[in-house]
Amino acid sequence: MAKPKVAFYWCASCGGCEEAVVDLAEDLLKVVDAVDIVLWPVALDFKRKDVEAMKDGAIAVSFINGAVRTEEQEEMVKLLRKKSGLVVAFGSCAHIGGIPGLANFWDRETIFERVYKDVPSVRNPEGIYPQQKTKVDGVELTLPEFYDTVYTLDQVINVDYYLPGCAPPPDLIMNAVTAILEGKLPDKGSVLAPDKSLCDTCPRKDSKPEKLSIKAIRRPHEVIADPEKCFLEEGIICLGPATRSGCGERCINANMPCRGCFGPTKGVRDQGAKMVSAIASILGVEDEDKVTEEEVESLVKQIDDPAGLFYMYSLPASMLRRKRMG
Amino acid sequence: MIEAKVENTIGRHKDWQPKILAFLCNWCSYAGADLAGVSRIQYPPNIRVVRIPCSGRVNPIFILKCLQNGFDGVLVSGCHPGDCHYISGNYVARRKFAVLKTLLEFMGLEPGRVQFSWVSAGEGEKFAQVVTKVTEDVKKLGPARKLVRNLEPTETKY
Repeated sequence: MAKPKVAFYWCASCGGCEEAVVDLAEDLLKVVDAVDIVLWPVALDFKRKDVEAMKDGAIAVSFINGAVRTEEQEEMVKLLRKKSGLVVAFGSCAHIGGIPGLANFWDRETIFERVYKDVPSVRNPEGIYPQQKTKVDGVELTLPEFYDTVYTLDQVINVDYYLPGCAPPPDLIMNAVTAILEGKLPDKGSVLAPDKSLCDTCPRKDSKPEKLSIKAIRRPHEVIADPEKCFLEEGIICLGPATRSGCGERCINANMPCRGCFGPTKGVRDQGAKMVSAIASILGVEDEDKVTEEEVESLVKQIDDPAGLFYMYSLPASMLRRKRMG
Repeated sequence: MIEAKVENTIGRHKDWQPKILAFLCNWCSYAGADLAGVSRIQYPPNIRVVRIPCSGRVNPIFILKCLQNGFDGVLVSGCHPGDCHYISGNYVARRKFAVLKTLLEFMGLEPGRVQFSWVSAGEGEKFAQVVTKVTEDVKKLGPARKLVRNLEPTETKY
C-alpha cells in the first residue's frame, strides 16, 4: 500500500514551526518511514507545479504554519486545501494569528512607511516602496499583493484540526501524527491539545494564594521573578488564566510568564477580553472600598500596552480582529 | 452654522440620533431607572436598557459586541461603592472597565463612548442626569465607526 502523502507549508511565520518538526529528533525518522513527504519548501525541493499536478485530495494531510497575509500565501493554502484530505493549522500563527497578527494594529501603508522609510537603518529619501508590478529593462516583474490585514488560516480556508503553540511542542506533534496515521482523530475543528487552562497544570499552582490581589504591576524585566511563586501573585502579568495548557509550561519553567501562544480554551471566544476580566478580578482588590476612581485609573495605567499584551498572539482571531485605521 | 458644517464634513445625517445601550444592575440602577419613569422625569430616549443581575456580570465581550453591531455608546451602571448586592461586584466592574477602556482607546475608540456610573435605587433624578450627559457626550462624538463590522465590505477580505 502506498504511504500516505504529507505536505508541510509555511506562510507568514518565523520558521520556528519548521524547527519544531525537526525537534521530533529520532521520532522524525519514524514519521518519514510512515509517510511520503510531497512538499516541504524549507527542506525538500518540491515545487508548486508538483502540487498542481496532483489529483484533488491526493495529499492525506497538509500541515500549514503561519498566518496568511499575502496573495501568494492565499493561493498556496487554497491549492493545498484542494489537494488535501485534511488540513492542520500548525502553530499559533495559523491557529490564531500569532505574532505576525499584531500587524493588524496597523495597515499596509503604515507598515511600509515604517519598514521601508522610517527605520533609522534605512535610507530611502525617494520613498520607494515595494510595488506589485515593476518594469525593469522593459520586462515586467511582479510581486504578490501584501494585504492590509493578517488572517488566521481558518479565515481563508476550511481547517480540520489545530495544533497550537509557538512552536507546537514535539509531544503534541507526535500525538497528532500518530492519531492521523491510526485514524483515531477527534471531532473536526478540534484543537489537538488538552482543554485545560495553563493555571490548571502550572507547576507553581500550589504557590497561588486562596485570594490573589495585586497592588502594583511589574514587568518581567523590572524584577527578578521568584522561580517558585505564581507570577500573578508577584504582580507580573501572566496570561495563564486565559490560555490553553499543553505547552509543557516551557516559559514558566524558564521563569517567564505566559504570553498566551496556545490560544484560549474551547469555550472562550476572545482571549484578550478574558484576560481583561481575569486581571480586573485580582488587581487592587485590597481596600477596594477606599480607592477613588483616579487611583483605579492610575493602577490600570501601569499595564503597559494592554492591547498588545492581552492580544499578543490572538488579535486576528479575536472579536476585534484589527484596528480600523484613519 | 459651524456645527452644521462639522456635521456635514463627517457625513452625518442631520437627524442622526445616537443609539446607546445601557446595562443596568437589577438592584440599584434598574430600580433608579424605574423610579425616574414612575416620577415622570424626562430624559433622552436614546438608551436601550438591558437588565443585568450586577454590573460585575458585564463581560467585556458584551461591550465589544455592542460597538461592533452599531451602538454609538455603552453605559454600564451599578450600585454605589459599598452598596453592591453581591458585596464587591461593582468594584470588579469598575476595574474591568478601566482596563477595557485603555484597550479600546488604543484601538482608536474615542473616550466617552463607554461610560460607567453609580446610580442607586433612590436616584431617579440622577439617572436622568447620567443618561442626559452620556447622550450629549455621544452626540458630540458622532456615529461610532471604529469597531463597526462590515462598514466597508472591501476592507477585510474574509
